[in-house]
Amino acid sequence: MTAYTDPPKESFQLSQLIHDTRYRSYTFQFIALVLLLFGLGYLTMNLITNLRVAGLSISYGFLGQPAGYDINQSLIDYNNQDSHLRASIVGVLNTLLVAFLGCITATILGVFAGVGRLSKNWLIAKLMSVYVEAFRNVPVLIWILIISTIVTVMPSPRDFKGETPDAEMLFGIIAFTNRGIYIPKPVWLEGSWVVVTVFILSVIGVFAYRSYAKKLLFNTGKLLPMGWPSVAILLVPSILVYFIMGRPIGVEIPELGGFNFKGGVALQRPLIALWLALSVYTGAFIAENVRAGIQAINRGQTEAAASLGLRPGRIMSLVILPQALRVIIPPVISQYLNLTKNSSLAIAVGYMDLTGTLGGITLNQTGRAIECVLMLMLFYLLISLSISAIMNAYNNRVKLKER
Amino acid sequence: MKKSVFLGALTVAGLTAGAAAAATLDDVKSRGKLNCGVTTGLVGFAAPDANGEWQGFDVAVCRAVAAAVLGDPTAVEFVPTTGKTRFTALASGEIDLLARNTTWTFSRDTDLKFDFVGVNYYDGQGFMVPKALGVTSAKELDGATVCIQTGTTTELNLADFFRTNNIEYTPVPIETNAEAQPLYLEGACDVYTTDASGLAATRAAFETPGDHVILPEIISKEPLGPLVRHGDNEWGDIASWTLMALIAAEEYGITSANIEEMSAGTNNPEINRILGTEGELGAMIGLDAEWAKRAIAAGGNYGEIFAKNIGEETPVGLARGLNAQWTDGGLLYAPPFR
Amino acid sequence: MSDMHSHLAFVRTEMLAQQEPPIKEKGIVKWARSNLFSNWMNSVLTIVAFYLIVKLIFSAGPWFANGLWDTSSLAQCREVLDGVRGACFSVLTERWQQLLFGIAYPSDQYWRPTLAFVLMLVAAAPVLFVALPRAMLVITALFPFVAYWLLWGGTIMTSVFLLIGVIVGYLVFTKAERFGFVLGLAAGLIAAVVVWKIGGVIKPSVDGIMVLEPVASRDMGGFMLNMMLGVVCISLSLPIGIMLALGRQSHMPIIKGISVVFIEFIRGVPLITLLFVASVVLAYFFPPETNMDLILRVIIMITMFSSAYIAEVIRGGLAALPKGQYEAADSLGLDYAQAMRLIILPQALKISIPGIVNVAVGLFKDTTLVSVISMFDLVGMIRGPILASTEWNGVYWELYGFAALLFFVTCYSISQYSQWLERQLRTDHR
Repeated sequence: MTAYTDPPKESFQLSQLIHDTRYRSYTFQFIALVLLLFGLGYLTMNLITNLRVAGLSISYGFLGQPAGYDINQSLIDYNNQDSHLRASIVGVLNTLLVAFLGCITATILGVFAGVGRLSKNWLIAKLMSVYVEAFRNVPVLIWILIISTIVTVMPSPRDFKGETPDAEMLFGIIAFTNRGIYIPKPVWLEGSWVVVTVFILSVIGVFAYRSYAKKLLFNTGKLLPMGWPSVAILLVPSILVYFIMGRPIGVEIPELGGFNFKGGVALQRPLIALWLALSVYTGAFIAENVRAGIQAINRGQTEAAASLGLRPGRIMSLVILPQALRVIIPPVISQYLNLTKNSSLAIAVGYMDLTGTLGGITLNQTGRAIECVLMLMLFYLLISLSISAIMNAYNNRVKLKER
Repeated sequence: MKKSVFLGALTVAGLTAGAAAAATLDDVKSRGKLNCGVTTGLVGFAAPDANGEWQGFDVAVCRAVAAAVLGDPTAVEFVPTTGKTRFTALASGEIDLLARNTTWTFSRDTDLKFDFVGVNYYDGQGFMVPKALGVTSAKELDGATVCIQTGTTTELNLADFFRTNNIEYTPVPIETNAEAQPLYLEGACDVYTTDASGLAATRAAFETPGDHVILPEIISKEPLGPLVRHGDNEWGDIASWTLMALIAAEEYGITSANIEEMSAGTNNPEINRILGTEGELGAMIGLDAEWAKRAIAAGGNYGEIFAKNIGEETPVGLARGLNAQWTDGGLLYAPPFR
Repeated sequence: MSDMHSHLAFVRTEMLAQQEPPIKEKGIVKWARSNLFSNWMNSVLTIVAFYLIVKLIFSAGPWFANGLWDTSSLAQCREVLDGVRGACFSVLTERWQQLLFGIAYPSDQYWRPTLAFVLMLVAAAPVLFVALPRAMLVITALFPFVAYWLLWGGTIMTSVFLLIGVIVGYLVFTKAERFGFVLGLAAGLIAAVVVWKIGGVIKPSVDGIMVLEPVASRDMGGFMLNMMLGVVCISLSLPIGIMLALGRQSHMPIIKGISVVFIEFIRGVPLITLLFVASVVLAYFFPPETNMDLILRVIIMITMFSSAYIAEVIRGGLAALPKGQYEAADSLGLDYAQAMRLIILPQALKISIPGIVNVAVGLFKDTTLVSVISMFDLVGMIRGPILASTEWNGVYWELYGFAALLFFVTCYSISQYSQWLERQLRTDHR
């Protein structure tokens, strides 16, 4: 005694796979999957056949063998008896190093150029336009080659020699040469940890003081001085402890000896050249992002801030930039990604990054092309995906704030 | 859709028939061209001139093989390769012969599955320093900054040399010879190291070559020679014996000038066998009787090629040294043609 | 009455003559004061910038002025200059053909790539400027075939057969489309292939018609190679990019998955590693009896690279369309292919054009990376044969400056176009 009858049970027909939109997607996906597997299988079969014919095999055994070559700039201990794997890790770290340094300087350059392009100063605005256009419209490889040539023209360590040298160290402690930049290196003596600890505590102290002052300002309207107490908290205790402990931190100043400068920290020429080239190139792109971000802010914001009596500098830092940042940061992070990927052009200046070690000398010496290129791509993919993950996390955070 | 057609057309344009695996000789013959891998540019060894014609010592080997196999020394397609791409280009069949001053080493011959067909230049790694430094021996180079051309065996030799002598150095790897020069000249490195022949060629291009010295130490053995894929022995024999024919031609005094005269027949049976007027040597390697005659006529014998491209009269200015005939105290020693 | 006037001395009867503005408030001085020295910070910046510019002019000026244009080698340049600082531009006058066309392109055939380049500008015009007559699109459609014939040579009949195949394929497609988009496409494709097969059979008998000297792909080099790689790869990657973008927007998990993995993988690795794949790995993935040459493998990899980026741009365009457009298409009863082709893609592509142009400029610049894998493009020519030659060993600034200039002129014009277009599109929307 049912009130209504069931709809007639549909029997599934093969033609539904083509004509029924509910099932058609399965057909398409099935076809796509089959084609994909067929394609991959075809390529793999070819690979196997080709390798067998050439008598080769895929093996990662070479990674454990001694690399046999030296690397001029390394963040970890490395000598030519270490394995190819360790050389690759040195390469990864070098890639990250130049990418990190490059991102910082590119950001600074980009913000200056982006703001400068909007400056009321005609000359500065024009100069910045020239800079941005010149670097955006010429391939990064050509810029790397040009800048590498410019770095080469700097004075050689030989010019620092003699009674009347052609070149002198900056303040007597930093040497700019065409082999790299030599800067003083701190020497940690006994007891230095006390000074460092005190310094870290001072930094925390500064933040505590500032947040206290801010709270006081908001709660009571009383304005505490910000500038000189911060500096005092930061420096005075550390300096006192430094002298009480008997000056436990020394400085090693680079000195000219033999063929080259010795001592200090050496930033080798390839690193300098690549760092410089990537920063100015990416800086031009970041400048455009910054400019677009600032221009995206409604003019009314500037006028409203001005009517509150803020001065132009404060309008920029308190009103415009905080809002513009939300527009600026996502494209800037993708520029960071580009910079990291462009750092693979290190090969043109002889910087031993990942492409130079694993994709360069290791590949040449072992002849293991497939294995090396595969690893190379995986490493870069890993780095890129990490940066993308950060970007997405940031985007999501900004989005939440908006709603 | 229009675009995909274009791709199809490109594919047609780019595809060239040819089996990578075996029977390279048949491929080369049916193609009518020899694909020969060379460097992207090294003065004296392989570099295109202002008209785009490849010239050089390695190039001459390619031309000789083309002349022997195809009867035309210009039937060569030169494929520029880097240190990185050269082995894959050969292994994948993109090129038939690699003549890119490649050092004959154990692992390349065995692990990478190639066959070196002989040695066309005996080299060794050396150092060049400015005279002003006052260095007379490589062992005085403690703490020096060294420019190296990468992608070669030089990096390994260098590391070994400094390790065995227990001295320090800073390597500056450079992609091409041309890029190493300004670094060295501007003092970004104290020393430039590569094969001694390369050093001489590089120094020759300097504004004041006299201000630079090549140190006496030769720290490695670098037998440079052409190579082919492992497994196609017929093709390997052809390349190998073409090179031998060039060397033997110098030993027996066959030059591009007198080759016509000599091929009319001489009273030296060895010369007759080389030039194909006696015996059946050509047929044994699948070629006609005059293969070696054409190879020699293409650019002259080994001595002529050497003198024309890298000899003392050229800007490169290399002495024969180890590369003299065994009869003159060198290492060149062609096996008998019989 | 006149007396009255004389008493009121402080009232003027006539207007004062208009005075010159104070010197500080007019002309160049005012301009300078407001634009260069508005406050002390700006003044310092201006002076520093001015100093740098003057210094640059004084150091580079003589170098340009003393430049030599007609010597035959660097050594001769040095001899003529005799210690004076000066450029050696002779390398450009002697080697310009190699810089533009590569080492192996026959020198009596340079008119062919030049003509192809001019034709490209003509063919691109109607696509880039909507105001031009639509009839010019015929030239655009014919361009690939003519350019193929001009660049690679051989008989014109190859191009003609290709063209006929495409036309027949298109006609069949329009007829068969009512049975469904996919079926129509398949039918069109089959028809085109059939025509090409027939063409391949007839071809030997018509080989003699309008023959240009054939040039192998590997003989192309210099700036021409950069241009060719840029144009070919961007054109090829557009349809692939559209498919990938649609795939990524799709509701089918497998299709979406394939698209996402492909796009993210390609975008995650530097182009140079993909070029390494082209130069040292890819050859192993083809059947042993085929032997693709390097340029083709490079085209494949760069096309994959740029299609991933173009897909992301087009995805942005698709996402920017209001949802109502999709719903309107559905409510009209259009199926997926029709909705995309007639409603969604035309709008999405239009707003993606500036982004696509940016990708194109970036890709064009990135074609210089092929020099790292021993191809003789503009940069490869400089780093390889020219700097390695005995005559020109040591000339850097002139060559790199020339290369930078060529790229700047090209890319700057394109990016100016893109900005112009962006302005056009913006007014359309408001």
